[in-house]
Amino acid sequence: MALFTGLIDKFRQGLRRTQEVVLRPLGHLLGLKKLDEDQLLELEDLLLQADLGVHAVDRLMLRLRFELKRSNEIDPKAILKDELLKVLHQQPTRPFVAPSTQVVLLVGVNGVGKTTTLGKLAAHLKGRGEDVLVVAGDTFRAAAIDQLELWGERAGVPVIRNQMGGDPAAIAFDGATSAKAKGTHWVLIDTAGRLHTKDHLMKELDKIRRSLQKVIPDAPHRVLLVLDATTGQNGIHQAEAFKQAAGVTDLVLTKLDGSAKGGVVVPILERLKLPIAFVGVGEGVDDLIPFDADAFVDGLLDV
Amino acid sequence: MFDSLTEKLSKAMKALRGQSKLTESNIDEALREVRMALLEADVHVAVARTFLTRVKEKALGAEVLQGLNPGQAFIDIVHKELVEIMGGQADEKPLSFAAQPPTVVMMVGLQGAGKTTTCGKLAKFLKKNGSSPLLVPADVYRPAAIEQLHVVAKDAGIPSFHHESKNPVEICEAALKEAKLKGWDVVILDTAGRLHLDETLMAELSRIKAACEPSEILFVADAMTGQDAVRSAGSFHEQLGITGVILTKTDGDTRGGAAFSIKQATGRPIKFTGSGEKLDDFERFHPDRMAQRILGMGDVLSLIEHAKDKIDEKDAERLANRMAKNQFTLEDMRQQFQQVSKLGSMTKIMGMLPLPGITKEQKEQMAGLATDKRMKHLTAILDSMTPKERANHNLLDAKRKRRVAGGSGRSVQEVNQLIKQYLEMKKMMTQMNDPKFMTRMQRMAGAMKGGGMGSPF
Repeated sequence: MALFTGLIDKFRQGLRRTQEVVLRPLGHLLGLKKLDEDQLLELEDLLLQADLGVHAVDRLMLRLRFELKRSNEIDPKAILKDELLKVLHQQPTRPFVAPSTQVVLLVGVNGVGKTTTLGKLAAHLKGRGEDVLVVAGDTFRAAAIDQLELWGERAGVPVIRNQMGGDPAAIAFDGATSAKAKGTHWVLIDTAGRLHTKDHLMKELDKIRRSLQKVIPDAPHRVLLVLDATTGQNGIHQAEAFKQAAGVTDLVLTKLDGSAKGGVVVPILERLKLPIAFVGVGEGVDDLIPFDADAFVDGLLDV
Repeated sequence: MFDSLTEKLSKAMKALRGQSKLTESNIDEALREVRMALLEADVHVAVARTFLTRVKEKALGAEVLQGLNPGQAFIDIVHKELVEIMGGQADEKPLSFAAQPPTVVMMVGLQGAGKTTTCGKLAKFLKKNGSSPLLVPADVYRPAAIEQLHVVAKDAGIPSFHHESKNPVEICEAALKEAKLKGWDVVILDTAGRLHLDETLMAELSRIKAACEPSEILFVADAMTGQDAVRSAGSFHEQLGITGVILTKTDGDTRGGAAFSIKQATGRPIKFTGSGEKLDDFERFHPDRMAQRILGMGDVLSLIEHAKDKIDEKDAERLANRMAKNQFTLEDMRQQFQQVSKLGSMTKIMGMLPLPGITKEQKEQMAGLATDKRMKHLTAILDSMTPKERANHNLLDAKRKRRVAGGSGRSVQEVNQLIKQYLEMKKMMTQMNDPKFMTRMQRMAGAMKGGGMGSPF
């Protein structure tokens, strides 16, 4: 339990900087019991600054206006929190347990932090005393394999690799085969960053999937879409395309230690009903922590 | 979800038909639509607000020019303003060079923006333009970042600087010395990605700046960035005084409002865009194209370039010649299908076309008529014909049609449909060869362009 509280603190700490930069006036507005038209418009602008997107903000404002009509005094913060949590709680997070060999695939556009996330996740699972095998499936980006090997060293887990430009599906196959034979708990597969609009690269993900299924029929067990918290509304397109092409099961929200708030997950979850497994709050090996919807929404709305 | 602005405005502006002036009351709804478009494109809320005030001032009382409807007149103002703010006419020279070489270019930005790849692209660009650049890896933090730059440099055919030190300032200084000694005239410093909130690392950048006196400090920004772009770019600019921006990952489907936000937050020009996985996917920034993209007006220019890329010009020319001579056969139709399928899915192509007055639903419907699946079926039918049959469709009697249907796994009815479609295309081409018809088409195209106002309408 102490560990868990520690994590929440860390989560809040990561988000605090965010608030300091932008949210001072939001706190003031949310403390009001009544809001006039100007204040409502101001509030709308502030919510839009969180990358929640026009549609989600419209919905939030609609609810506020409805409540304002209904009663003399309202608690804007509680109302917004209620609305946001409804979206974030739609899909409960699934714990990372490995009754048999579990294959985890990490996907996402370029530069979101897939390799770093994978390194941290490997260290976390290893730290729990479980066996981890890391597969260097990004055979495209220069030195991606070296980067992953360094993470492997840090986490103390083996990394399976082939040469640059090799077939990612083949190395994924090798990884799954080896893990199955040895009964390794976790196989974490890194993939090259790809823009979701590039059909041929998206098809490659399906190929990786099929080659994994030749070894372990129900693999990959988890497909994590790594999403950069600084991303704007394009995140919606990313999530939709990756879900369709790779069967994404969970989101990971990275770079939450910056001034961006990752509000785009709200419209994403509204549409796709996916759970958020982890958030990244720094470059250290411990800076990957379980998602906490309450803390996240507080981060969006608190001062 | 992202209906194009054109569609929305044409709705909002319907009420204005026949009015000759833009007034406060008649542009309010249009302004709201523009605001929506900007926000959906990730333009920062405050930036959008300032912009709309400016547009309103310009638009109020503006005469609606002959040949334009009020909607077109309004969007023309919006578009021109956006282009103006985003950079107007591009500078002759994108980078300023030091009087005394080497010129130092320092690349900065958040993690994952694409600095290292962009360094390679910029170096290659400069080399093509006659410089001899040196790439310097100064990211000592991210695992294998230095190795990555060496690999990129090798791919680009550019020398990269090797140094033992783990101190970025020392590395940069040493690289500068080496460049002076060996005659590299541009030194590109690849610094580590960092958060603008990280004081220690930001101070390090200031030290590199002080030690190397760069002529250019380029902020590398991800085109997919949301509202945060204002804060991060603004903060980098405040602390370092950036000289320009390079926008990366513009090859996706992001509307790229971040470009506008960054320009407004820093006042510094966007100099280049990175647009693909290859080191040659790097070009000068085009404010007009970006403006259209942000406004969701359909990226015709991109489509044209895309098409240029994928379509074999010789094939296209040969086909055009055959059409001109009225020799269009089933074989030509087959080749045409193959070319179109190279462009990607029909829905995507339709999305890129700004078709005024056509809603998204209609576009999807139209794309549906030529769905990729249908294309495959048609190609299968054509493939099942013999070369002789493709050269002369009259050979296809009932027996042959049954064979073709069997071979392609489609029905005889579908084979008939295809032949009917072919005959219609052939007929259309005969018309196109008629000079009278072409004049009529050109007049129509002219009208669609909005009377040559320089706007995409």
